[in-house]
Formats: sequence, structure tokens, C-alpha cells
Amino acid sequence: MNHTGVDLIGSVFAQAKSENRALLIGYLPAGFPTLGESVALVEAMCDGGVDLIEVGLPYSDPLMDGPVIQQAVDQALGNGATPQSVLTVVKAVANRGVVPVVMSYWNPIEQFGIDAFAHELQQAGGAGVITPDLTIEEGQPWIAAAGGQDLAPIFLVAPSSTNERISRICQVTQGFVYAASTMGVTGARDRVSNLAPELVARVRASTDLPIAVGLGVSNGAQAAEIAKYADGVIVGSAFVTAANAGGVAGVRELARELAGGVHRAR
Amino acid sequence: MSTTQANLQGDLPGHYGPYGGRFVPEALTSALDQLDAAFRAGVADPEFISRLVDLERDYTGRPSPLTRARRFGEHCAGARIYFKREDLNHTGSHKINNVLGQALLAQRMGKTRIIAETGAGQHGVATATAAALLGLQCTVYMGAEDTRRQALNVARMKILGAEVVSVATGNMTLKDAINEAMRDWVASVDSTHYVLGTVTGPAPFPEMVRHFHSVIGRESREQIFAVEGRLPDAVAACVGGGSNAMGLFSGFIDDANVQLRGYEAGGEGVETGRHAARFAAGTPGVLHGARTYVMQDEWGQTVPSHSISAGLDYPGVGPEHAWLHDTGRAIYESVNDSEAMDAFALCSRTEGIIPAIETAHGLAGVIRLGKELGPDSVIILNLSGRGDKDVATAARWFGIELEHSEFGASIELSEGR
Ligand SMILES: Cc1ncc(COP(=O)(O)O)c(C=O)c1O
Repeated sequence: MNHTGVDLIGSVFAQAKSENRALLIGYLPAGFPTLGESVALVEAMCDGGVDLIEVGLPYSDPLMDGPVIQQAVDQALGNGATPQSVLTVVKAVANRGVVPVVMSYWNPIEQFGIDAFAHELQQAGGAGVITPDLTIEEGQPWIAAAGGQDLAPIFLVAPSSTNERISRICQVTQGFVYAASTMGVTGARDRVSNLAPELVARVRASTDLPIAVGLGVSNGAQAAEIAKYADGVIVGSAFVTAANAGGVAGVRELARELAGGVHRAR
Repeated sequence: MSTTQANLQGDLPGHYGPYGGRFVPEALTSALDQLDAAFRAGVADPEFISRLVDLERDYTGRPSPLTRARRFGEHCAGARIYFKREDLNHTGSHKINNVLGQALLAQRMGKTRIIAETGAGQHGVATATAAALLGLQCTVYMGAEDTRRQALNVARMKILGAEVVSVATGNMTLKDAINEAMRDWVASVDSTHYVLGTVTGPAPFPEMVRHFHSVIGRESREQIFAVEGRLPDAVAACVGGGSNAMGLFSGFIDDANVQLRGYEAGGEGVETGRHAARFAAGTPGVLHGARTYVMQDEWGQTVPSHSISAGLDYPGVGPEHAWLHDTGRAIYESVNDSEAMDAFALCSRTEGIIPAIETAHGLAGVIRLGKELGPDSVIILNLSGRGDKDVATAARWFGIELEHSEFGASIELSEGR
């Protein structure tokens, strides 16, 4: 079947919903620690039960990221990661039958050329792009370019977003809404932010799109807690830490634990 | 450039042609909206204005003088050179103008903590000073390379009661300090205002910082009329992020006959790749929240900058400068380390003013400009800061022996890292 990116994301969320569970979403930067190893790592995520993968495009100035992801993208850049590496990893994910989206700061996409990026990502099997530093005010050209390839433009909402902003963000977002649960940068935290349930409730009031919660989730128990009320649970830094400590096996094991949390939550 | 440059939202607030805007995490947009509202309300509120004006007069020491630089002018083909003496402000540079405005806004917004990035340390010192004055907590982020070469200012900030965080990521200079300050701010925005130190960053920072520095241009305009009875032929400044330049330019931007000249850091030479010449070697892109000229590779990764001057050592530039450059209203040239240090020495010896090394880039530019415009021309240079903080660097550059003096000790201390 010839699914568009937006449809693909919709159908994995629908599938999870029919199983009465949340989706497990995992992040790793492309080219970390090397291109070849990063392909093996995302495949391990797929095998361990991750439903949707965010492939990070390494950027020199990742303002939203804490030390763990900063070091990982530095390593990837040092080993020569480029947007081509991202496309390679996206293909590998798609080949496993798992839905890939890209997570990228804005400048690398702008320099690649937004239409070219949307086109090549679509060709590689990508379904959407999360743009953590692109505000909806600046996002119009990208929304049009992504729309031309049926890719989902995925924007973030934060605890500080007003209801009025949330509603405007939901109007231009497709696929799912990324609820950044914490006021802060990425990184595993001991406790899941208590701001998350309130934020998810406010987003629900604005949209029928699925809502995925990210920032700070690192283990199965935390994933289960979020999976009670959100449609997706996003895990990033913890996968980087698992890769650093245990490589492919470590990532597969973490994916299994998190998937277990998501499956038993409700 | 591709079609991506087509985001021509020149009419939207916070944009300068295709430049400027807001490229930030969603978590910061409400704080930027709050800041924008507080800024607009503040500058329309007579009480806020009078508090700021009182501080400028009684604390900063404004108006700063406009000094005719006769002996230095002889080296500028005899042009009539005037220095706008921002070096005489309390804390030693123009940076205090912006900081007092923003610190008052922080109070107005009910914030109890201010944070800042700093390169040369002048902005950090000014922020630590305002925090002490207004009873606010203060944290300053500074690249590890800069804490070494501007050790005097690190000590000043600590004496003033600020926490100084040495940033050891990336190139360990201003860009990396801004990254860390932004990360702090995302997590602390309820209690904390980020006092950005130059005309860069997401809206409303470029407009707001320019506004608080526009006093430089206003005073200069009045002062030059008083002594010369006419407008200058050109106004000139060094350009790091571009705040001292925008402050001066703003007084003359509507006078089409007044040339606006900016001087960026050529480092070891633009051809060597070790420089901070955004206009000579950068391209439009997005960095630290705004679209502007950026030193970047073909994939949009920021390329490290280099300059002997910590305050000019930054791979981006204020978005309004990008637009002034593209429209041709202002002209930007680069000045290498060695040319700047020659001008540093010349200014010291002809005028008895030791300038900041940032400022020395503007001084070198004015030597060229005098030759270009001729002996009858009138030129104002923003003498943005004094050189106390740079004495160790200059002594090293000129091979001045200081081993048995106090400065010798401070050089060793700063080289020890
Ligand atoms: C004395 C002085 N001049 C100029 C600058 C450069 O900043 P801007 O271009 O924002 O004026 C600095 C920055 O640290 C400075 O300390």
C-alpha cells in the first residue's frame, strides 16, 4: 500500500488505540556513535518494541538538549554525520516496518532547502518532522513544504503555552502533538513532571490529534505512568545512555522494559 | 540559497526583511511575549522612564562626553574624529545602558533572578552590577576560553556577588555561553529574566536592546551639532553582536547622508578561516533564535569563530545589521587582530585612552575611513569600552615584561588554566 506520512502516523496510533495502549516512541541521533552503529541501534529499538522512531539530525547548537544528548550529537558530528546519515537511518527504520520521523533543529533543514528536505525525506520513507525550535509563527513555509509531500509537521506544546497558543499549534500540527512535559532541556529525571497531566488535558480540549509526552522519561514505571493518560510516550536521553552503557543489547533491553510499561499501563 | 530564504515576513514585528524573528523552543514563547509586553508598557510609562533616566545620569554617569581625538585624527588623514566615550560609563563600557533597562524590566515582571552570557566579561560585569544594585540574584555564563583571557572581569563579577559558570562545551566562547544561558532560562523562566547582552536573539531582544542603547545615538547627535553645527559624514563602531553599533547608528539611520560603518573581527585573516567575519564569510541562517548572517558549513552547522577580542568572537550577528547590510544602508568591513592591536597602541599613545580590544577594531576602521573620506570629514566612533580587562592580553601581544608586577601575577594566573 502507498501510505502517506501523515496516514502512517495516524494508523500506528489507531492500532495502539485499538489495543488500548499508548504508543512507545524512541529517539536516537543519526550517526551516533557512528553511522553503522546508529543503524544497528535503531534496529534494536524496533526489535525491542518501539512503535515509532524519532531520528535526530545532529546539530552543533542543540538548545533544547541536556548534556547526554549534547555529547551524543557532538560525537555523531565528529564522526561525520550529515543529513544524508539521517536519511540512511530513516530508511533502515522504514525497512523494519516501523514509522520513522525526523527530529531536527531548524537551521540544518533551512540550509538543505526545505522543499528538497521534504522530498528526500518522503522518498526515504519518513513520515514527519519534529522541529523543536521552529515556532508556528516562523513555520508557514515549512508547513507548506511538508504538506506538499504529505509529511506531518509536528510542533511542540509546553506547560507555559497558553490555551490560545495550544489551539493555534494544534491547527497546523499533523500526526501527533508533542507535549514537552517539563520546563527544561532533555535529560532523564527521577520523577515524571507533574505538569504533564494538566498539559495533556489542555491539549485534549483543543484537538483530536494523538498527544505524545516527552522529556525526562527513563524507565518502564515512568512510561506506564504517562501511558495512562497520553497517547504516546517519548524516550530520548535514556536510549542514549543505554547505548553508551550497553550498546545494541542495552538499547534492546531498555526498549523491552519501556514497551512493557506501556503495554501494562491501562 | 534555496527557496528557504523566502520567509519574507518583513512587515511582522520582530523582523528586518527576512531576518530576525523567533526560532525558540515553545517553552520560551510565553516568556518572550511577557517580555515584549513589559518592554512596550515600560517604555510608555513615565515612571519607568524617569527611573531609567535617573539611573543613567546618577549611576552610569550619562551623558557620556564626545571627545575630539585630534592626535589620533592625524593618523586618519586629518579627518575630524570624535570619540563617543562609552568607556567612561560606570563599569567601563556601553553594556550598562542595556542592562539597567532590562534589569528594571525584570523587576517590573516580578522576577527575582537575572542571568546573562558574556564574552569579554563587560556584559557580565554590567549585569552583576545591576543585580547588586537592585537586589537580584545573578548567574553569568562565560566560555572557559573567555574566563581565561578576561580573568579580571571574572574576578569583578564574583566580587559583585554573581555566580560565574565557566562553559566548557563547543569552542568555549560566547556562542557556547549563550547556549547554556538559554538552557538555564528554559528551566527557570518563572523566576528568571535572561538579560541578553546584544542585539541578537529572538524578538523582542534585538529591538529592545537597541532601544536601551539608542541613548548613545541621541546624545551623539546633539553633541555633534553643538560642536560642528552639522551632521557627521559617518558614524562607526565595532560589531560583535552589534549593540554598541546599533545604539550609535539609531541616532542617524534616517539621515541618508550619514554613512553607517561597522567593523567585525577578521581574526588571523578572513582567508585563514580563523575569524569572526560574518558578513565577509557567513551566509543567512538561523542561530540563537533569529535568522541572520551566520558562519556555518554547507549543512548548517555553526562554524567556530576566532578573534583576539572575546567580545567580537561570535559566529552570528544582530538581525537588523543583516538587513542594513543587504539593503546597503550600512557597510561592514573586517579588521584583523594585528591591525586592531596597532590601533589599540595608537589610541593609547596619541589620546591617552586605552581602549577595549573590541573597540580597537572600530579604531582601526576609522583610520581607513578617514583616508577614504578625507581631511574635511567628520566621523564619530563609538568608543565602546575601556581596555583595563585587556591589559594582560595586550602586554602579551606587545611583549611587555610584567613578571615582577601585580599584572604579571594576573597574567600567570590567567594562563594557568
Ligand atoms: C567594549 C565592548 N565593545 C564592543 C563589544 C561587542 O558587542 P556589541 O557588538 O554588542 O557592541 C563588547 C562585547 O563584549 C565590548 O565589551
